Amino acid sequence: MIQINPDLCKGCYICVEICPKSVYLISNVTNKKDIKIPAPENEKNCITCHLCELECPDQAIYVEDKND
Amino acid sequence: MAEKNKQDFITDEEKNPYIKYFRKDRLPTIFCSGCGIGITINSFLKGLESADIDFNNLSLVSGIGCSSRVPGYLNCDSLHTTHGRAMSFATGLKIGNPDLNVVVFTGDGDASAIGGNHLIHAARRNINLTVICINNNIYGMTGGQVSPTSPEGTLATTAPYGSIDTPFNLIDLVTAAGASFVGRWTTAHPLQLSKTIKNGLLNNGFSFIEVVSQCPTYYGRKNKLKTPVSMIKMFKENSINKRRADTLSEEELLGKIVVGEFVNKKRGELSKKIDDLSYIKSGRNTIRKSAYIF
Repeated sequence: MIQINPDLCKGCYICVEICPKSVYLISNVTNKKDIKIPAPENEKNCITCHLCELECPDQAIYVEDKND
Repeated sequence: MAEKNKQDFITDEEKNPYIKYFRKDRLPTIFCSGCGIGITINSFLKGLESADIDFNNLSLVSGIGCSSRVPGYLNCDSLHTTHGRAMSFATGLKIGNPDLNVVVFTGDGDASAIGGNHLIHAARRNINLTVICINNNIYGMTGGQVSPTSPEGTLATTAPYGSIDTPFNLIDLVTAAGASFVGRWTTAHPLQLSKTIKNGLLNNGFSFIEVVSQCPTYYGRKNKLKTPVSMIKMFKENSINKRRADTLSEEELLGKIVVGEFVNKKRGELSKKIDDLSYIKSGRNTIRKSAYIF
């Protein structure tokens, strides 16, 4: 499961670019600063490489490991 | 005390693996959207975890600049010092208590412009510090002036027709000064960077790690790389590994960022040398006097 903290996200969209499986898309949901936050639309493609956690400059993303 | 504070700000909703090291009341950070400093912090914390270094035995030292705000956000002992003198303060801290793990966060202006002498002399003495230099090729905090590491032709507020000076190569500078561990990565290589930071933390001697980072607000906006994504893409396209770069000529390497681990050699370390000298001359190790050491 992927969680994005909307209070910490500043909308740089590095996660959208960096994801090798194109999991993230820019959504129409805005946060307090009127920034369109990215959403994990293609979450089923996620391979839990945790690259987005490492590349998020604002520590807003959390990727839970799949148990199967 | 530090243990208690650390527990306080791990909440259920924030499970990001790195956020537990932050001072939660200071978040979100002051950094611009897409700033490379956040990525460097994540890579540093990952390297710290894999090096198995106690977070409570860590001291962060910084000077002035965007990158020097890092110790203020991390929940460990931190020292925010005068411009360019971070390396001098860190040297004193390490000599005073050699058991501490001292890490210096510095920027290109802080390390190579005003603190250039302190950098080369810390490297010459080979004191056991880990210096993480976040190089964004511009003075970001003061409004986008040209810095000593800005590549030739960079547009900046003080170089409206492009920089005409040859930039510093910080890797060559500290290697020539005698650093025992030298590495360089960009923010587009966070995993490799965390591994190099781990090796630097474990190295007993002066470790210098340059992180080529993006500044979309000042560097990017003036140099046709407006978004953080375009800067990350540029780093990916222009970076070239050291092993491959060794086979190429100087003309072919023009405009490329050579990344990798450059130096890893053992040399005598300063605080050990001082202890040895004290033992030879007076028959005992140097005295460590502090309110916190018993």
